[in-house]
Amino acid sequence: METNRFPALLKQALLTFTVSLILFGPISGLVLDGFSFRNELMRAVLLAAVVTAGRVAISLVQMTGFGQKLSSRMTDRGAGVTVLTGQEKSPVLLLVLLFVAGLSLPFFTDKYFLGIAILALIYCLLGLGLNIVVGLAGLLDLGFVAFYAVGAYLLALGAQYLGLGFWSALVIAPFVAGLCGMILAFPVLKMHGDYLAIVTLGFGEIIRLVLNNWLEFTGGPNGAPVPAPTFLGLEFTRTAKQGGVPIHDYFGIAYSADYKFWFIYLVLFLVVCLVIYAVERLRVMPLGRMWEALREDEIACRSLGVNHVFTKLTAFMLGASTGGLAGVFFAVHQGFVNPTSFTFFESALILAIVVLGGLGSTVGVIAAALVLTILPELLRDFAEYRVLIFGIMMVVMMIWKPRGLVRIRRPAFFPSAAADGGEALPAAGKAEAAR
Amino acid sequence: MSQPLLDVRNVTMRFGGIVANRDVSFSVERGAVTALIGPNGAGKTTMFNCITGFYRASEGQILLDGADGPQDLGALMIRPITGGSHLVTRAGIARTFQNTRLFKEMSVVENLLVAQHRVTANNLLSGVFQTSAFRRAEREAVDRAYYWLREMNLADDANRLAGELPYGRQRRLEIARAMCTGPRLICLDEPAAGLNPSETRELSEVIKRLCIVHGQTVLVIEHDMGLVMRISNHVVVLDHGEVISDGTPEHVANDPAVIAAYLGVSEEEMKA
Repeated sequence: METNRFPALLKQALLTFTVSLILFGPISGLVLDGFSFRNELMRAVLLAAVVTAGRVAISLVQMTGFGQKLSSRMTDRGAGVTVLTGQEKSPVLLLVLLFVAGLSLPFFTDKYFLGIAILALIYCLLGLGLNIVVGLAGLLDLGFVAFYAVGAYLLALGAQYLGLGFWSALVIAPFVAGLCGMILAFPVLKMHGDYLAIVTLGFGEIIRLVLNNWLEFTGGPNGAPVPAPTFLGLEFTRTAKQGGVPIHDYFGIAYSADYKFWFIYLVLFLVVCLVIYAVERLRVMPLGRMWEALREDEIACRSLGVNHVFTKLTAFMLGASTGGLAGVFFAVHQGFVNPTSFTFFESALILAIVVLGGLGSTVGVIAAALVLTILPELLRDFAEYRVLIFGIMMVVMMIWKPRGLVRIRRPAFFPSAAADGGEALPAAGKAEAAR
Repeated sequence: MSQPLLDVRNVTMRFGGIVANRDVSFSVERGAVTALIGPNGAGKTTMFNCITGFYRASEGQILLDGADGPQDLGALMIRPITGGSHLVTRAGIARTFQNTRLFKEMSVVENLLVAQHRVTANNLLSGVFQTSAFRRAEREAVDRAYYWLREMNLADDANRLAGELPYGRQRRLEIARAMCTGPRLICLDEPAAGLNPSETRELSEVIKRLCIVHGQTVLVIEHDMGLVMRISNHVVVLDHGEVISDGTPEHVANDPAVIAAYLGVSEEEMKA
């Protein structure tokens, strides 16, 4: 047995070494020196040797019992979806703990970390919104950032032209963003898959370019200022504007610039909780079920009388509304918006959050949003490699966990006590049968 | 007998220059099983798609007798903006597919709940806040789903994924799902395709039961002649897009035109 393995291992090592040498040769073996090249082939050989050693080490670990167990666990794809048995323990206690922990976070952290937390929650919101469109309804949307921009600019421009405040923008933004979603969705809903993705990509770019080029209205690349939020008319500044009252004066406490972020964090946290609740409810509601059915099979849906156009439209609108909400928080947190915040990279990042989290899984999306926003901050020292690490992570994820971090679990349904066991036909069913 | 439930009148279906159905007329009687048979390529599935609203017939009318008189299904398809095949289902025609089209990554009950979207409370707010009307509608829908699962002998699989079920059960689940829409007419597209003999027997029991116990009108396309002869009250035979025979199973089985279409005839016989 052992003798059989050795040649295979040697062959594998040789192959790895050759491939990595071919790769590293031009990349790090040739160094540009003025107008000529310098040969640094030793460096390439060294790198290839490191890679080969790594490969051999992995193979050796995989040969042991522990390694085999690990790799079989990692590649356990299963169906990716399971149905609950209805006997699981309710996670209420855990949720309450998380809720309290989330609410009390500002009292334990510094301003820097609170800023990251706000950003993470904004991405949670975006991920949840896109999850409705991509994860539940199965419509690939590459221009989601457009709705984010709509929300952010609604607050910035609304304040400038109409005197809108944070709170009114928070209420209006979902509707305006939803309207934009509808305008986009109407002409494109007959499309499927890749075509839809391209059109939404175009829409995202259109919004950004309009914001960038309509100088008189949006301020173009210079952006637009966003007013600070107020709480019941109380301001978060050291000295209030004419007629206003700063919050620290009202409560008679010392001034701190952090109050504004505490406030934004708390409101944002509550909104995220509400959205999570709504999305979780949607999954067991007729509308959410129709979205998922539409993702599974559109023709079957039509054969059941589901109006596929309106159902997709609702998914687009609700997703866009959530994106708009996130935009308002982004604007108020930054205090300033400009079009560079709404590039395609943002759309791709949000899509990555949804895909990494597991299409359709709320917990997965939240986890992925937190990881993908907090991790880069912790890796500030490796700033240059951030995108590289990000890419490697995506590749690794897609190989070992193509269905996302979190397995999707479907709710279980049981008949009510009255109908259980009996052959009694429910009232409506009887009427149908009698026809 | 009163007016037939479904009346197909002179339907012609063309795809470009190809005529798939030429001047097809037949009717489906209330509370009976009507079978549509014919050799491969005879235009059965095209006819079926016209009836269930997936194609719009080029010429002719398909009338469904509803609460307020006969309704032309073709007109539902071309209604501006809101028109489409889903309206045909809402008018009372449910269908299954030749290759099952279940929502594979949803549970069996959820498959049936999606079908009942007409009677559940679809309002967004009522669902988020779980109003009593919403909960009542949901409970009734779940009970109705279980009722049909029991009818199809699937109750034990209720909380499994639809895609995990064996093929025979998927077939029956598809029938249960179609029944959950509360149809006047259920159309089964080759329900026995890919089933083994015992599953086919079970299926014929199910179809008979639908017809006798529930008074359900059934239209079925099928290649399995044993099944067709066992269950149907009325058989329509299509060949080359035209009706060549129409009558009771015995009549059709002995019709020389049908035998010729299935077995082929020699040149001499044609002339004779």
